[in-house]
Amino acid sequence: MSGLTHLDRLEAESIHIMRETVAEAARPVMLYSIGKDSAVMLHLARKAFYPAPLPFPLLHVDTTWKFQDMYALRDKVGAEAGIELLVYKNPEAEAKGINPFDHGPLHTDLWKTEGLRQALDKYGFDAAFGGARRDEEKSRAKERIFSFRTASHRWDPKRQRPELWSLYNVRKNPGESMRVFPLSNWTELDIWTYILRERIEIVPLYLAAPRSVVERDGLLIMVDDDRFQLKDGEQVQTRSVRFRTLGCYPLSGAIESDADTIEQVVQEMLLATTSERQGRIIDRDAGEGSMEKKKQEGYF
Amino acid sequence: MALPHAPKYQADERDLIAADISAYLARQTSKELLRFITCGSVDDGKSTLIGRLLYETRQIFDDQMAALEADSKRVGTQGQNIDFALLVDGLTAEREQGITIDVAYRFFATEKRKFIVADTPGHEQYTRNMVTGASTADLAVILVDARKGVLVQTRRHSYLAHLIGIRHLVLAVNKMDLVDYDEGMFNRIVHDYRQFAHSIGIEEFTPIPISGFKGDNITSAPSANTPWYAGPSLIHHLESVEIGDAAEQIRPLRMPVQWVNRPNLDFRGFAGLIAEGTVKPGDAVRVVPSGKTSTVSRIVTLDGDLDEAVAGQSVTLTLADEIDCSRGDVIAAADAPPEAADQFEAAIVWMSDEPLIPGRGYWLKLATQTVSATVHEPKYEVNVNTMEHLAVKTLGLNAIGVAEVTTDRPIVFEAYERSRTLGGFILVDKLTNATVAAGMIHFSLRRAQNVHWQALEISREQHARLKNQKPAVLWFTGLSGSGKSTIANLVEKKLHRMNRHTFLLDGDNVRHALNKDLGFTEADRIENIRRVGEVAKLMADAGLIVITAFISPFRAEREMVRKMLPEGEFVEVHIDTPLSLAEARDVKGLYKKARAGELKNFTGIDSPYEEPERPEIRIDTTAMTPEEAADLIVDKVVG
Repeated sequence: MSGLTHLDRLEAESIHIMRETVAEAARPVMLYSIGKDSAVMLHLARKAFYPAPLPFPLLHVDTTWKFQDMYALRDKVGAEAGIELLVYKNPEAEAKGINPFDHGPLHTDLWKTEGLRQALDKYGFDAAFGGARRDEEKSRAKERIFSFRTASHRWDPKRQRPELWSLYNVRKNPGESMRVFPLSNWTELDIWTYILRERIEIVPLYLAAPRSVVERDGLLIMVDDDRFQLKDGEQVQTRSVRFRTLGCYPLSGAIESDADTIEQVVQEMLLATTSERQGRIIDRDAGEGSMEKKKQEGYF
Repeated sequence: MALPHAPKYQADERDLIAADISAYLARQTSKELLRFITCGSVDDGKSTLIGRLLYETRQIFDDQMAALEADSKRVGTQGQNIDFALLVDGLTAEREQGITIDVAYRFFATEKRKFIVADTPGHEQYTRNMVTGASTADLAVILVDARKGVLVQTRRHSYLAHLIGIRHLVLAVNKMDLVDYDEGMFNRIVHDYRQFAHSIGIEEFTPIPISGFKGDNITSAPSANTPWYAGPSLIHHLESVEIGDAAEQIRPLRMPVQWVNRPNLDFRGFAGLIAEGTVKPGDAVRVVPSGKTSTVSRIVTLDGDLDEAVAGQSVTLTLADEIDCSRGDVIAAADAPPEAADQFEAAIVWMSDEPLIPGRGYWLKLATQTVSATVHEPKYEVNVNTMEHLAVKTLGLNAIGVAEVTTDRPIVFEAYERSRTLGGFILVDKLTNATVAAGMIHFSLRRAQNVHWQALEISREQHARLKNQKPAVLWFTGLSGSGKSTIANLVEKKLHRMNRHTFLLDGDNVRHALNKDLGFTEADRIENIRRVGEVAKLMADAGLIVITAFISPFRAEREMVRKMLPEGEFVEVHIDTPLSLAEARDVKGLYKKARAGELKNFTGIDSPYEEPERPEIRIDTTAMTPEEAADLIVDKVVG
């Protein structure tokens, strides 16, 4: 007789969710954003379907503004046997040269929200795995594990299906789709302890190292390539920093830190005094409820 | 107001994090998981209690704490004190946006366990939300306001928690600070509750006097204000209550198969989450419902084969023999397999605005099995406030009742009180795909394996051979006045001339006799079609070509009849006439009456017509005459 730990339980639940999706959906896909949650999700998917290769492709909705380190890990994962990696870039955003320096919130709208919708439609995916967790943000706390979307990808929080036991209703009409969140019940600490336990590879940006940054609006923004537009008076400095969340590099705030092992990162996190999403500009766009609004429009 | 400081309870943990993070993380990986639900109305201090638990276990960062302080002063209800309710309730903005909060999940952890709390705020849709939140919970905290004692809501919450099979109940008598921590008051409430609890079959519960607002008996007990209290603090109780892993593991093996893993010809594994029991290579197993037996050869995982797997783990099993096994089957201990049956009594919680339609087909999902099922007229509905049984014809939103359920083929099950996994099911609307109900099986009404069809000496093939024809059911569907009866009659005449043995079942005629007890409500229309379907099937068994002419407006019922017949024998004929044309013809003057409001539930006017999606034959009456239509149908059937 052995007692299962909470990580064992979470792992089993996530695997169960992925298998239900693959058994019942016509064309599933895993949204791969290269961050630590994606890394855990991918690891769980390997476990769920071993020894078979992943029965779905990974999809990276690219904005062309991710960190170099992220692209490096993505391409490494994509080159592995048994993994099909699709990269999608919104052609309209590409043609217009949409970027976070000149276009503000439009950058996220076009590259991410619109890009995701286009990619799902293009390939006809009817179930997309995402790495969102309920502990991240208030509007996530009430989202279902299987989150139903209309044919126009809208989320209607008033029409969510009740989700009982571990019985997931995956049925839908043609054109409609599901977002599936296998990590719903994981917390940030669970993610980190699992990464340690399973020795999962993550982007090195999560660990502290000397990096080139500028201070802007109270955030430390990394100068990751020569497209960075310096404002008057801004100076590039080298500081020891790491990132708690990763997105487009001009939109991700770094924190000063010397934590260069996962243990130290967790230590800092637990003794920290600010909540996780502080470093993300994207959630601040429209003040209270902005994530809710984005989700209704089709953002993951 | 004093600045908030890290709560004392977590101080030791913080010291360890700072001093030895590796030791701390090692401890993190060996925590257990407990899921619980808090039940109470807004006034009972539920949000305050959850906020307090998050605060005490330090799930709250300084930036959130600062925001909380500011909000407490601005909109809080606790004067200059911190209003913990705002932490979880800070949903005002969402409420203003008209966003419904039904079930939210919160997380916190202590040294020993990680907790997932299902929080179901608000009064609206309470039953649906609480049942949803409770379905995954091991424990329920029933909150009572010490000033008010056991109320109707308390009874309702307790009944629902008990119904959904939660074994551990905590009676948290809250707001003790407002009754001067009076022991007598606490004891009276516990006494009242015990009497009620026993009356509905709750044998045990743990009463704790608390103040979510002041913090009494939350992390340590007894608090200075309640020296008379001898029990555990709330957190201590949550940390130590028996989770039931051991009990799950000593039961016979049950693993519903989710997915067959077949990457190549050499490997065939069965993937699933072990619901109960333990499995080892070499164990004898039985696949139900087929009953085939084999032995387990390997437990395959990415990290290497396992020597043993237990309830709660997701694994992939390979078997020693090549036996049929697919999604929906259950791999079970060979000597103690579960039953299969196709008729049950079940408690049903209705969760949709559209009420239950007895006799209609719904999808029923239980574990990994999905079948078509019908629910009979409920035996009774339970008034969740008084526990009275009410006689009802249907179940509406948030109603709880007991009814018989029939599935179109046997499913593997266990009584819900034995197994949540094999006893709990959901019902899904076949058209909208919405989850409309949750059910809990009490027992099977007859075991499918004990019901045998009387084997008939003369088979349906022999009947058909004698008549020298292939039996079929030509199922005409279309609006009133579309020309179904006219074309059906022509078809029968033509077939008759060709020496085919036919029979025409006409809607109006059947309603004069076989179905004269039925009206035109949705439920009656469904029963009408069900009976006609059964009669048509008997006639087809006798070798006849059956022609039916019924509006049969609902897709679900037409599909039901299709499923009764062997593949290929059901021929759906859609007599497609635009509503405007049918109404303009109005041969029987019915549309006029319906428009005038003299006829209720008239298809096309105030009752829907669901067009066939893929009929075998579609007749566009605007493009051909009835004669041409009949020729086309006869050609397809005989040709």
